Amino acid sequence: MTTHFFGDTVVLLGRSLRHISRSPDTIITTAITPITMLLLFVYVFGGAIQTGSDNYVNYLLPGILLITVASGISYTAYRLFLDLKGGIFERFQSMPIARSCALWAHVLTSLVANLISLVVVVAVALVMGFRSGAGVLAWLAVAGIMMLFTLALTWLAVIPGLTATSVDGVSAFSYPLIFLPFISSAFVPTQSMPGPVRAFAEHQPVTSIVNTIRGLFAEQQVGGDVWIALAWCVGLLVLAYGVATTLHRRRIG
Amino acid sequence: MTSEQVREPAIQVRGLEKSYQKLHVLRGVDLDVARGSIFALLGSNGAGKTTVVRILSTLLKPDAGTASVHGFPVITQPAKVRASISLTGQFSAVDEILTGRENLILVARLRHLREPGRVADELLARFSLTEAAGRRVSTYSGGMRRRLDIAMSLVGNPPVIFLDEPTTGLDPQGRIEVWQAVRELARQGTTVLLTTQYLDEAEQLADRIAILHGGRIIAEGTLAELKQLLPPATVEYVEKQPTLEDVFLAIVGTEGAEGAEGAEGAEGAEGAEGADQNTASPDRVTN
Repeated sequence: MTTHFFGDTVVLLGRSLRHISRSPDTIITTAITPITMLLLFVYVFGGAIQTGSDNYVNYLLPGILLITVASGISYTAYRLFLDLKGGIFERFQSMPIARSCALWAHVLTSLVANLISLVVVVAVALVMGFRSGAGVLAWLAVAGIMMLFTLALTWLAVIPGLTATSVDGVSAFSYPLIFLPFISSAFVPTQSMPGPVRAFAEHQPVTSIVNTIRGLFAEQQVGGDVWIALAWCVGLLVLAYGVATTLHRRRIG
Repeated sequence: MTSEQVREPAIQVRGLEKSYQKLHVLRGVDLDVARGSIFALLGSNGAGKTTVVRILSTLLKPDAGTASVHGFPVITQPAKVRASISLTGQFSAVDEILTGRENLILVARLRHLREPGRVADELLARFSLTEAAGRRVSTYSGGMRRRLDIAMSLVGNPPVIFLDEPTTGLDPQGRIEVWQAVRELARQGTTVLLTTQYLDEAEQLADRIAILHGGRIIAEGTLAELKQLLPPATVEYVEKQPTLEDVFLAIVGTEGAEGAEGAEGAEGAEGAEGADQNTASPDRVTN
């Protein structure tokens, strides 16, 4: 049965991608929150924020990319919840296919959908004056970190998708994720924050990821931040994957 | 598959027990379903019919007892069981955003059939869905959705099919269409285990009927055998009034009207809750 694992996952991936292509609003609404924040912070608050860099769009974009993913993954929880609520999930689970295929298809769909949203946000940032001299390798590194971050958060989103009892509950989990970047180096340098807040900001995952991506865009040495960022992403991924697959196994008996 | 497996019953259940927290749903269920037969599991809401079906389709583990489907034990060889069955659950398991044809192709691909498109077109024709094939399922009526649901279960011709309350919520015409489809299945040798709370449905379709009550099978046999449990019928004349269903079907003119005989109570079919008080038709008294 494992020989068909990839083929079956691709078939189910095709199904959810068709869902997205038939309701492209999920991509648009994913991108609209971060784009609004980008506009708001660059053209309204940006003038009063001292970051030590002359281009605030450059400073802001990494954090905005993380917010894009944080708002995009709630659709994974939502789609999974709908599959479970209707009978189609049980149909898949009673068919001779690997049972994790149904989860992986949703996770891969999230990667594709978030990638599209990220490209849209970067395109808007370019129009607003985002510039980077980063080479192909640095861009690939940014893409790699974003994919890893998306993968980790998507598996996190699978948890409410499997456990939620209502549509409202299923997407509520993403709000704290969207606001986590505010208490980080994403919008303002952490040096400006009071002691305890600063300590939190400097030791939560967003700061290391933002600093890494910012460094890559600015063609700087990213140093220790990249390892901290990767450790956070991989750690979260392993934890979320473990919890999600355990819940899934328990649910299907 | 060995010849022994062929001779065994398609479904064999012994001493099946299942509890949800303090609720003891199944208290030792025994069942044998012969190959190629239609077996109806009859019971009111909450009797545990769906629990039995979920255990047999490997979606739920029993607390005690054994069950095998198509010769494979559900607990130790769930993958082989899944390769032999198809489940049409209580809530239609169709993808609303895809079209009817895409739904069938999806299942055909997952069953690794060679020509998914041809398989889909054949089933669409068989279930009179060809015209609606290119429409999204969200635009379908309840009956069409249920027909598609059953058609999806037939993709790849699995030898054993579970239908969990296949006609709940359907209009009389939809019911007759589903009944015809089920009879067609049995004619082709498929074993069908269906659960229902409609007595007339069991009467119309099933070769054997089991009544699930209080967590156990309290009666099991053919319709004739079950009738012998009661004192012999007395002959009395009862004027046979046309039922509302007879009137409805006569007016709208359906081909499948012969299936409607004895289908009293179908006017209550929309509300599944209230329908379990259905009694056998008055004309049955003279049988």
